[in-house]
Amino acid sequence: MPDAPKLIVGLVLFAALVTLPFWFDAGKSAAAPALDLSTAQAQALKKSCVEPTPWMRANHPVLLNQWRNQAVRGGNRVYTATDGQQYPISLQNTCLKCHTGGPNGGQNGRQQQFCDTCHGYTAVQLDCWGCHVQSKEASR
Amino acid sequence: MATTRRNLLKLGGLAGLGLVLLPVGTLLAGEAAGATGASAKGDRKQWAMLIDLNKCQASAGCRDCIGACHAAHNVPDIGDPLADSKEEVKWIWTETFAETFGDQADEYMADELKQKLLPVMCNHCTHPACVRVCPTEATYKRPDGIVAMDYHRCIGCRYCMAACPHGARSFNFRDPRPSIREVNPAFPTRERGVVEKCNFCAERVDVGMLPACVTACKYGALAFGDLTDTNSAIRKALREGYALRRKPDSGTDPNVYYRV
Amino acid sequence: MLERAFSGSGRYRAWVLFLLALIGVGAVAYSVQLNRGLTVTGLSRDVSWGLYVGQLTFLVGVAASAVMVVLPYYFHDVKAFGRLVIFGEFLAVAAVIMCLLFVVVDLGKPMRLFNVLLHPTPHSVLFWDMVVLNGYLLLNLVSGYHLLEAELKAVAPPRWVKNLVYISVPWAVSIHTVTAFLYAGLPGRHYWLTALLAVRFLASAFAAGPAFLIGLTFVLRKFTRVDVGREAVQKLSVIMTYAMLISIFFVGLEFFTAFYSQVPTHMHALQYLFAGLEGHSKLVPLMWTCAVLGVGGAVLLVNPKTRAQESTLIFACVAVFVSLWIDKGLGLIVAGFVPNAFGRVTDYSPTGLEALVTMGVWAVGLLVLTVLCKLAVSVREEGL
Repeated sequence: MPDAPKLIVGLVLFAALVTLPFWFDAGKSAAAPALDLSTAQAQALKKSCVEPTPWMRANHPVLLNQWRNQAVRGGNRVYTATDGQQYPISLQNTCLKCHTGGPNGGQNGRQQQFCDTCHGYTAVQLDCWGCHVQSKEASR
Repeated sequence: MATTRRNLLKLGGLAGLGLVLLPVGTLLAGEAAGATGASAKGDRKQWAMLIDLNKCQASAGCRDCIGACHAAHNVPDIGDPLADSKEEVKWIWTETFAETFGDQADEYMADELKQKLLPVMCNHCTHPACVRVCPTEATYKRPDGIVAMDYHRCIGCRYCMAACPHGARSFNFRDPRPSIREVNPAFPTRERGVVEKCNFCAERVDVGMLPACVTACKYGALAFGDLTDTNSAIRKALREGYALRRKPDSGTDPNVYYRV
Repeated sequence: MLERAFSGSGRYRAWVLFLLALIGVGAVAYSVQLNRGLTVTGLSRDVSWGLYVGQLTFLVGVAASAVMVVLPYYFHDVKAFGRLVIFGEFLAVAAVIMCLLFVVVDLGKPMRLFNVLLHPTPHSVLFWDMVVLNGYLLLNLVSGYHLLEAELKAVAPPRWVKNLVYISVPWAVSIHTVTAFLYAGLPGRHYWLTALLAVRFLASAFAAGPAFLIGLTFVLRKFTRVDVGREAVQKLSVIMTYAMLISIFFVGLEFFTAFYSQVPTHMHALQYLFAGLEGHSKLVPLMWTCAVLGVGGAVLLVNPKTRAQESTLIFACVAVFVSLWIDKGLGLIVAGFVPNAFGRVTDYSPTGLEALVTMGVWAVGLLVLTVLCKLAVSVREEGL
């Protein structure tokens, strides 16, 4: 086959480039996101969320969508959790009351919001903050 | 099938047609589940407002209702509120009687009445033209009569702004956050690219409170109530005397009344 | 077949490169708009639709005008249009693509465009506009392409292609009717609230589209060996003449209803456009230019001598096209918003950035048209 050496070199280079994410950082691992649950409200609730943590971890997008439709489109602003407790449906006034930045602040002095910690690590972009207001102060 | 460019294009086109299945399927399923949420709260109501112009002191300079609303809802302050700023965002504002009720004002009407300032806002019409035209149902009429906006869904086509005969809607031409004097952390802001308007304080009404403007008015000029309840205060007030509505011949059936 | 678009004379390549450059400039301008929002346009709270929506309206008309060639040829056996039909259909494709692009650049949140498919809303005319415009694009693209293929292989087109062409005729009428319905069903916009709007749209479309198409045939004759024939051009110009006369007649009807009834809401918009309203008269010179060009073009078209002579015919086509472009592409939209709900007038004029984005979209349309015409020309020239 003519040009075989050139082709092989090209293929090898291509394979290397395409698999770069896998071998570039091999052996090192970035620290898992450390979630800060030290706010006053989170402490008061004994660190349990609206639903059990494993469920929330897997299904919080589903819950947020359900909350959005229920509150915004249905006008029903009370959520009854599986354990029977009722919560007002509000990202800013319910979720973010606990899940806000820790008292120690974050990188560059910016409060590392609870959501951003994991979402930054997983590179799943959020566009909630264009409208929903992150409280400026950590709860004291 | 032979692997030709033509066949690839044909397949691609057919696959693209699959996009058509989505709206057809959604329509046939009757836009189920997610649309109105788990349990659409409230039986049929029609929230309405009655503004008593004899009590309103806007002409004397009072702007309490506007201040309360715009502060509570993070409405940005863009441009000069006295002149018609091109990119103004306003949920409730003042206009003169003559310009609000153009078909009523005549040459010989008292100047005092012609120039009298009154608050205007979204009328939460019974047959809203804006709801009729929205291509994504980002604006919709709730069972309790409030014409609401879902800012998550709005694509910013501004068809609703063209449809509204009352000029009640504002568009976010730019990012509103820099122009918000003081952000109220209990309520979201909006992003550039969506249309917004008065929401009759749905978030307050849903928990049994009155709208911010009604509560803020120290002269008691704003009354809020349910039109479907014959014994509500607003129904009684409407029976007691004449009240105007804006542009009744537009067919939208507004629900903000003005007692002259 | 597509590979034919990649080879051509130096002039062809230069033209394509020029269009690509314009598209690039438009894209940069649009990215500024994406970044900062629609504040970069001249739009306002009162005049919330402007140049972009106007261009979309005008171009839907140009797209619909393909029916003026397709209908006589396929339904009434007007053989003279035989060599013209394909260009009419390709013009329709390019025009519809421009329409869709103008919708996208006008949106406040274009990244949410998919919401229109995710949440279909049959009671919204804009939903149906999306349906019919995309359907028309598909119809013309598929049938045009296969008609060209048939010509290439020197066979009659298959039955199903002809069926698609038959469907495209009422569909063409529907795209412009639905677009007119966008405006004609709004309770607060008195300039638009007339049953006549859809008919006015169609009449002006059937004048503007053929004007462009006739111009296109002259361009083809100058730069290629493709000649659609004098008879086709003359017949099309007659159709254009009737359409323009009817269009002007309809404008006269609007003026009568407004000024004989003396109803203020009917008069205001026309006063704003042609005389100025409450001191706002920015659009007046433009509208009178539109009127002069329109009537002048019509006169040249009605007179058989000037219609038969190519130089005056071209001039008439340009005049008609520009006149209707001003009327539908700008005047119609802005005047609908004047005066606002409180009786006040807010002026609108497009900003430079708006003009650049518009130019970019037009360049895309012209590029699509160029490429499609190149295919048709290369097939046609082979057969000569």
